[in-house]
Amino acid sequence: MEMFDLALIWAFIIGFGIIMYVLMDGFDLGVGILFPFAPNEEARDTMMNSVAPVWDGNETWLVLGGAGLLAAFPLVYTIFLPALYIGVFLLLAGLIFRGVAFEFRFKARTSRYLWNWAFAGGSTVASFAQGAVVGAYIQGFETANGVYVGGALDWLTPFTVLTGLGMLAGYALLGSTWLIMKTEGHLQAWAYRITLPLLAAVLVIFGIISVWTPFVDDMVRERWFSNLSIIWVLPVLTLICAFQIYRAVRNRFEGMPFVATMGLFITTYLGLVVSRWPYVVPPDYTLWEAAAAPESHLFLLLGLLFVIPIVLTYTAWTYWVFRGKVRAGEGYH
Amino acid sequence: MELDPLILSRIQFAFVVSFHAIFPVFTIGLASYIAVLEGLSFKTRDPVWTKLSGFWTKVFAVVFGMGVVSGIVMSFQFGTNWSNFAQASANFLGPILSYEVVTAFFLEAAFLGVLLFGRDKVPAGVHLFAAVMVATGTFISSFWILSANSWMQTPAGVELRDGMFHVTSWSEAIFNPSFPYRFMHMALASFLTGGFVVAGVSAWYLLRGREVEANRKALSMCLWLLLFIAPAQLFVGDLHGLSTLEHQPTKVAAMEGNWETSRNVPLLLFAIPDQENQTNHLEIPIPNLASLILTHEWDGEVPGITEVPVEEQPPVAIVFWSFRVMVGIGVLMILFALTGLVLRRNGRYWQAPWFLQGLRFMSVAPFLAVLTGWFVTETGRAPWLVYGIMDQAEALTPSLTGAMALFTLIGYIVVYALVFTAGLYYLMRVLYVGLEDTYGEDEHEAERPMRPFSATHVPFEIDQAGHGDSAKQGGH
Ligand code: HDD
Ligand code: HEM
Ligand code: HEM
Repeated sequence: MEMFDLALIWAFIIGFGIIMYVLMDGFDLGVGILFPFAPNEEARDTMMNSVAPVWDGNETWLVLGGAGLLAAFPLVYTIFLPALYIGVFLLLAGLIFRGVAFEFRFKARTSRYLWNWAFAGGSTVASFAQGAVVGAYIQGFETANGVYVGGALDWLTPFTVLTGLGMLAGYALLGSTWLIMKTEGHLQAWAYRITLPLLAAVLVIFGIISVWTPFVDDMVRERWFSNLSIIWVLPVLTLICAFQIYRAVRNRFEGMPFVATMGLFITTYLGLVVSRWPYVVPPDYTLWEAAAAPESHLFLLLGLLFVIPIVLTYTAWTYWVFRGKVRAGEGYH
Repeated sequence: MELDPLILSRIQFAFVVSFHAIFPVFTIGLASYIAVLEGLSFKTRDPVWTKLSGFWTKVFAVVFGMGVVSGIVMSFQFGTNWSNFAQASANFLGPILSYEVVTAFFLEAAFLGVLLFGRDKVPAGVHLFAAVMVATGTFISSFWILSANSWMQTPAGVELRDGMFHVTSWSEAIFNPSFPYRFMHMALASFLTGGFVVAGVSAWYLLRGREVEANRKALSMCLWLLLFIAPAQLFVGDLHGLSTLEHQPTKVAAMEGNWETSRNVPLLLFAIPDQENQTNHLEIPIPNLASLILTHEWDGEVPGITEVPVEEQPPVAIVFWSFRVMVGIGVLMILFALTGLVLRRNGRYWQAPWFLQGLRFMSVAPFLAVLTGWFVTETGRAPWLVYGIMDQAEALTPSLTGAMALFTLIGYIVVYALVFTAGLYYLMRVLYVGLEDTYGEDEHEAERPMRPFSATHVPFEIDQAGHGDSAKQGGH
């Protein structure tokens, strides 16, 4: 298989999986982050119902990210997870609480407020942890002979705290624009109201991160500032998306804010990718050095080419089944 | 005192995987049952089936939720605590686990949404299709994960080069020697779990005189199913053991509590294995039976534990006793299934209180059998992780310290204790509210308060509102 660079193909597939995860689980985590601030309990019912049928499928992209990394770039899997050991635990604990909250809250009566907190707290912790992972990736890892040799909390720095907060704000924005699209009346009016402040928070935090990142690492600075290259298109596109969100909210468009927020995420993500390309475990390993054996790459690729389109089709179909506005107490079981 | 990350990681893995394992076996069995009920409901239009299906779907939703969240933990355990193992086996395990995600998890998750929330949004036929897809997904999932586990037990189709396994034959690696037996054994275990839980719960309702018609149908169905699969499990379990004898003789020796390789080996009904002195105390033997079962010859030779040095021996007492518990429960299950058949002859099976009480208690038995079964399999291969090739110490994450491992171990115990308690509580509540409140029911039925006496049998306080559709109620 000398014709194809399998590692490169796999980098694209994993990259696709990650952005799918961020966009899809992002909005339902965002709904969780916004949960405590909702106007009333009825609004919370509607918010939960708007994501209940799809959250499990969304989260499955994370599982695919884990398994896919193990299959395609084992070195990434076996360095990131030990390095982020404590963070990964927090992420998983957060996901556990918010995951069971869906089922338990529907069945609870007097203990309901507990599951409100579990849902909100779990979503917030999980989102923060994901943002910190992104920050830790930009920072790089201390390795020797292909294993992580740093300490348990090396990943936790002011920079990663900031990226964690950035992720919180970003997911909350995805959540609020999702609610604009999926709800009506009071709840929708509330979602419109909070969207612009959230957008401002996102722009401020993303802005600080962009200014800070080149100082965290020389390579990133080189890439962006050595000469004016085509990649400067990306931040420009990000700003265009932000302006679109602003305009759409002012004009009370229902679908556009969500679409533009996804655009904002995609361009920021691409900006991150070009900053570090082709390093997958900065600063030491490129994607070719981290890759699994070609026969394993090929074995899985052949199956995925066939299966992923089917997965995307029926996923799209479930979104279609649950299209339209959501109302409180509608159609559970 | 130095904290040992290896011991702590082993305890953590055993804890999280045992916690996870009890949910899938139940959901696999229950998913198929729901698909059957949906099919019957679709075909006959008899509201009884719709009612049963609606009720068990509620139970399913709670259990499935716990299965999903604990499963997500599992898929990261390899990297966090066993990164050397993950790195070495990535070329095989990576694709296998990825295939599990794309062929099973997405299918289950997507169609579960439609199954739970879509009854009013899609035609009945599509709803049935969703139920079938969820059930199919659970089986595809067990196919891949059991292939991965079996490969660790009986590695095949790979060669070790530069510290990494490289796959030389995918079919040999996936369909490794112990896989067919393990897959069949687990499939039957899932049906037994689903069957005994549904039977136990129906029996409980019948004892209370609730929804007699529907619960009688459910119980009858279960008893027919159990009549065939309980004995089948004994048969498959025997084959499984014979395959283990061939590939992991030390594990079988530990299951039998047999220290010295010898002929005319008895089956031990009771014994206290003593690893230190490499012998047993207080044996109650049945002469020659172990030889007969394992070799199908009266005086066949059975391997002994002392064939391997002490450092390579599994903890014999755990394997020995876990095995007895599992097989004991298996036999008990067969007895119950047969009793059901006998009682059926004069149509009494749903009126004999002692039988219904027994079934009620049997609903926890399959979970015990599944856990002890896994204890046999997993502790029986110690100290190996990839049998005969890589041991547990080599597999550990190098940067892991005892303190880190202890932190997450305590963390998981706390988190799971909370989730499990709450899950059990809500499950009990769903069971308590019962079928009366389910789909296809007249409104006035659903509003009817519970009969007061039944409340005394519920081990926790519940308000008396008696209708569980709290999603429709406002807040507090
Ligand atoms: C024989 C069956 C079986 C066994 C031995 C295991 N699982 Fe499992 N697993 C299932 C059968 C299953 C299932 C029935 O397919 C579940 C239960 C609930 C669900 O969503 O699917 C599941 C869920 C589930 C999920 C969540 C899927 C989702 O998001 O929908 C993950 C990530 C795993 N499992 C991973 C594992 C790992 C890493 C295991 C081994 C150590 C493991 N499972 C053992
Ligand atoms: C789902 C049911 C399972 C249960 C209940 C289970 C149970 C256990 C137990 C009790 C141990 C501890 C053994 C000891 O410390 O002596 C263990 C170890 C282990 N099992 Fe399993 N197992 C299950 C499935 C799997 C699967 C499917 C895999 C792999 C794909 C797996 C991989 C491992 C690994 C990596 C260890 C290493 C830790 C150790 O040996 O202590 N297990 N398991
Ligand atoms: C009826 C008699 C039974 C026999 C003879 C039997 C036999 C066996 C054997 C020999 C193993 C270990 C295989 C190995 O480690 O290589 C095993 C494992 C196991 N058993 Fe059983 N079993 C019986 C009943 C049951 C029942 C009733 C259940 C559950 C409902 C069950 C669940 C399991 C599980 C979950 C495992 C671990 C996974 C595996 O290796 O397949 N067994 N059984």
